[in-house]
Amino acid sequence: MFDNLLPIDPEVAARIEALDLEFNKFGIDPYGIDKNDLTRFVSAFAWIYRYYFKVDVYGLGHVPSRGRGILVGNHSGGVAIDGAMVMGSMLLDAEPPRLPHGMIDKFIHEFPGASQVMSRMGQFTGNPDQAARLLNAERLVLAFPEGARGTAKLAKDADSLVGFGTGFMRLALETKSPVVPFGFVGGGDALPTIANLKRLGRLFGVPYVPITKWILLVPKPTRFQLLYGKPMYFEGTGHERDEVVTTMVDEVKERIGDLIRQGRQLREKEISEEDLVL
Amino acid sequence: MKVLVTGISGTLGRLTALKLLQHGYEVIGIDRRPWPEAPDAVELFQADIRKRPAEDVFRTHRPDAAIHMATVTHLVHQSPDRMRVNLYGTRAFIHHCHSYGVKQAVFAGRHTFYGAAADSPLYHTEDEPPMAAHAFPELADLVAADLYAASSLWRYPEIATAVLRIVYTLGPSKHGTLATFLHGPNVPLIMGFDPLFHFIHEEDAAEAIVTALAHKLHGIFNIAGPSPVPLSKIVRAAGRRPLAVPATLFKLGLGRLGLPHIPSGAIDHLKYPIVVDGDTFRRATRYAYAYDERETINSFRTAR
Repeated sequence: MFDNLLPIDPEVAARIEALDLEFNKFGIDPYGIDKNDLTRFVSAFAWIYRYYFKVDVYGLGHVPSRGRGILVGNHSGGVAIDGAMVMGSMLLDAEPPRLPHGMIDKFIHEFPGASQVMSRMGQFTGNPDQAARLLNAERLVLAFPEGARGTAKLAKDADSLVGFGTGFMRLALETKSPVVPFGFVGGGDALPTIANLKRLGRLFGVPYVPITKWILLVPKPTRFQLLYGKPMYFEGTGHERDEVVTTMVDEVKERIGDLIRQGRQLREKEISEEDLVL
Repeated sequence: MKVLVTGISGTLGRLTALKLLQHGYEVIGIDRRPWPEAPDAVELFQADIRKRPAEDVFRTHRPDAAIHMATVTHLVHQSPDRMRVNLYGTRAFIHHCHSYGVKQAVFAGRHTFYGAAADSPLYHTEDEPPMAAHAFPELADLVAADLYAASSLWRYPEIATAVLRIVYTLGPSKHGTLATFLHGPNVPLIMGFDPLFHFIHEEDAAEAIVTALAHKLHGIFNIAGPSPVPLSKIVRAAGRRPLAVPATLFKLGLGRLGLPHIPSGAIDHLKYPIVVDGDTFRRATRYAYAYDERETINSFRTAR
């Protein structure tokens, strides 16, 4: 897809080679991930991840280096830069690298181009059947339980949490997957939204059009903090009553809130790395 | 064992008949179309499955098993007749199986049953409902025929009935939905979309049908081939040139400007994947395909 456009970074190529994926004769994994496209895309993205933005990642060791797991965290900023940075940390910093499958909003796959890129990178529309299948295949799934409500937070609320869905927890229980909480801080500075235009969004087939301080939807170079917490294990079948599941979800939400707080303090230089409790 | 094949003159019908002979079955066939080069061992009756002469074949020949492949699947074929053939034909097939003591029935359906949409998961399992029949009314008759055939699982539990949902077939015959789509030197794709396509070599598909029969399967089974490949890669591997056309232009230009005659509902099938999980069938039969994805495409590309 990007053959003539994006050059390959040899270091990235080595990392993609090290992924725990099986490619067929066409360089395609069973879920449609294209090795060549992924290498070229991540090569270009590596520059954005390392130089345009800067991400201080803590607790990367808490993400299982193999086998199933659900990365669960907060949205911060008008579009899901957070998701991209989590992908970056897992592909470019983690040892061994892993490719998380983001559970993305349906509207993304309705867009030409976006659909094609996301399909070749293993990023699917959030769907419980799809997520369960990936987890049972020992993959890593990335979920933002705030959903579009989370990206719709305005700049002043960027580091707060809105209501969590319970789907990820039922999935974790059903597939016996560990939940790895993470907190992401700084999105509100990269892309400070002052308003979300919902009507205009409907016209374009998106949930809303974010308007930033500088009107345009261009993030400014920013340093982010990304903190992974200890994996959380929950016992159950996934078919519990809502109250039971909600209690577990609240536990995760509280943990993520705590990680965000620590990230915020790091950002303000109120604490140092040694003070972190991940 | 005597096996009756409806739709025997179609590409998959012929291949299945030949495989059945190889495996030592006695084969009789019904089709409206002729099959001039049919082997002598195949007893062929030129009849419409919905009409009396077809019933007479069941009555006089008393097959032990029957395979239903007399469905019109070509999207170009849009006459009201198609709906009738697909639904009344399936009904007649099931009735005759019941009335004339057929012990095993196989319905050869298609994986497009599940439909394509932006939020449909990869690897559909047999328990999933058809999600996109409304978006693609031209396929609704096949979806209905599939569901109707499956109703005989409880209607006539004494007949071992296997409803198969087979992925696209491809091979040297150059027949079938995917082959027709890949017909010209330039193949139009929808710009910005590149769905995974699930396909199987036509020989492997025929083998799977015979395997279902040999195992006396009762239930619904997806038949998957090698792991799916993005459509643009299939087009290139088939020696064709992909031509990305924006969706709106594509809709306007259908049937003109060198674009194929396909209903607009088919556009979703060019945007989103339909990929099925063939595990139930594999576990029940230990079936394994013989041709991988590249060999399958090559067999299509290099055929005369």
